[in-house]
Amino acid sequence: MTLKLGVPSKGRLMEKTFDWFAARGVTLRKSGSDREYAGAVDGIDGIELVLLSAGEVPRELDAGRIHLGVTGSDLVREKLSSWDQRVVEVAKMGFGGADLIIAVPQAWIDVDNLDDLDAVAAAFRANHGFRLRIATKYHRLVRDFLRENGVADYQLVDSQGATEGTIRNETAEAVADITSTGETLRANGLKILGDGLIHASQATLFRGRRSNWSKEQREILKTLDAKLAR
Amino acid sequence: MTGQSNWDRARSYQAAIAERGAVITDADYLQPAETLLDLYGEDIRARAFTTQDPLRGEQMLRPDFTVPIVQQHMAFGAEPARYTYFGKVFRKQEIDEARPSEFVQVGFEVFDGSDVAAADAEVFATFAEILADVPVTPVTGDIGILRAAVMGLKTTERRRAALMRHLWRPRRFKALLDRFGGITPVPAARAALLAEADPMANLPSVLGLRSESEIALRIEALRDDAAADPISNMERDLLDALLSVRETAPNAMTLLGDIAVDLPSISTAVDGMSARLDALSARGIDVETLPFEAAYGRTSMEYYDGFVFGFSAAADLNIPPVATGGRYDALTTVLGAGKGVPAVGGVIRPDLVAIAEAAQ
Repeated sequence: MTLKLGVPSKGRLMEKTFDWFAARGVTLRKSGSDREYAGAVDGIDGIELVLLSAGEVPRELDAGRIHLGVTGSDLVREKLSSWDQRVVEVAKMGFGGADLIIAVPQAWIDVDNLDDLDAVAAAFRANHGFRLRIATKYHRLVRDFLRENGVADYQLVDSQGATEGTIRNETAEAVADITSTGETLRANGLKILGDGLIHASQATLFRGRRSNWSKEQREILKTLDAKLAR
Repeated sequence: MTGQSNWDRARSYQAAIAERGAVITDADYLQPAETLLDLYGEDIRARAFTTQDPLRGEQMLRPDFTVPIVQQHMAFGAEPARYTYFGKVFRKQEIDEARPSEFVQVGFEVFDGSDVAAADAEVFATFAEILADVPVTPVTGDIGILRAAVMGLKTTERRRAALMRHLWRPRRFKALLDRFGGITPVPAARAALLAEADPMANLPSVLGLRSESEIALRIEALRDDAAADPISNMERDLLDALLSVRETAPNAMTLLGDIAVDLPSISTAVDGMSARLDALSARGIDVETLPFEAAYGRTSMEYYDGFVFGFSAAADLNIPPVATGGRYDALTTVLGAGKGVPAVGGVIRPDLVAIAEAAQ
């Protein structure tokens, strides 16, 4: 029985993941042509490389179809309820950093923090007859964060891309989105709330619960752990 | 899974409630999501199962009966009215896999404003009688006293409204109270903005639906607020003292009476509590030992605005209260398009009663 390691199948996240493992004596590579999603692992026995979309890694880990997986810590928290009971963080990998934040129009000079956002949400609902809309694709993370901070009278509207544009298009009043430099937000006339950091995400190596792992698989993990610790 | 024994229990509880004059009624499984979202906010999505009807739009599997029963009554009923119902309700479980995502509730709702204290006592006593042989402990509270305390604060109407809005969110409530009390300093950027002769002068271009005039209005409100006197330490201490009352009902009455001397706005609500204790006593409830917690129901029972109660099994069983209820006059106004009626009710969960009994 091998251990299946899930890694993002393309782009910088894949390259950086390959580099990260290589620096620790484990070589991951795509086998066959560049367009083929098949992989190979050198430098350690018993690990099978599975190339898949970063967004699918949490679900596959949870289901036990892969045993280890690299993905953003934001995706694990968003896609798995009680994530820390379902998967374990093996290593923060130090790249792919991005912050999930709440942003509002720069013209909202009366809004600096969540306290203001909450007050504006109440007034907005009274004026417009519906709850202030926050566009996001991170529904669980945003909802949990706002509940914890006691913000009311908002609604989440789904936005799977170009989220910064929703305010200009009048389909949302605020956004909760991923940003690394804040450049796109600023270019779209938005600013980040001072206490609006929901989660600082980075690429992370996770492993699933080991409840159904064989002795052989546990030993492979031990060997890998020793290499990663170096 | 709901076993036959739980359905049998549900039927016998309902029969007991119907015997007391309640009409048997029912509600649809699918409820329009919009009503529930407007009422509970986005949080309800974490608790209720959502589905889509091609014509009716987003629907939720009923997370409770209270909302549809109140809607039915407001649309078709006349006071006084008493209803009982039983059936499954559905709740997503995001944290504890051991908790069921569907379970049976048996309910009792009373729409009768002729004697509010008597109606409160009637509902509580009904559940107490059903649970007479079950090892549970009652607890009572009164959100109405807390509301009266906030309404009576010597501060601006806007601040009182902000506090009322967050009565059910203790963390934000405390943050607001600290700000209005001058405990939390005004951030430098905010002070600078308000100090500008015309803060709107260099406004970045306005994006989205929230208009320039809405921004200007809030800045005006912020300026008014900055000029208002802080809520006094004495009043904040009184609120703290009020929220920490946790005694047998007679002792709680004494403490609340003391607080009412300095916070007279709660007097009417405290008198109401006294009348309720008399009514409970008249129904055979031993009020001398009845626990009262002023903060009870504050975090978990968002639409209640007066009397609240629960019956809990031993703490080591780690289950929710087997029965809960309370007064929800304001909810009837929201769901009755402005027309409200006094209402009080509660629910009991046969599955939890079975767990409490088995542990005996």
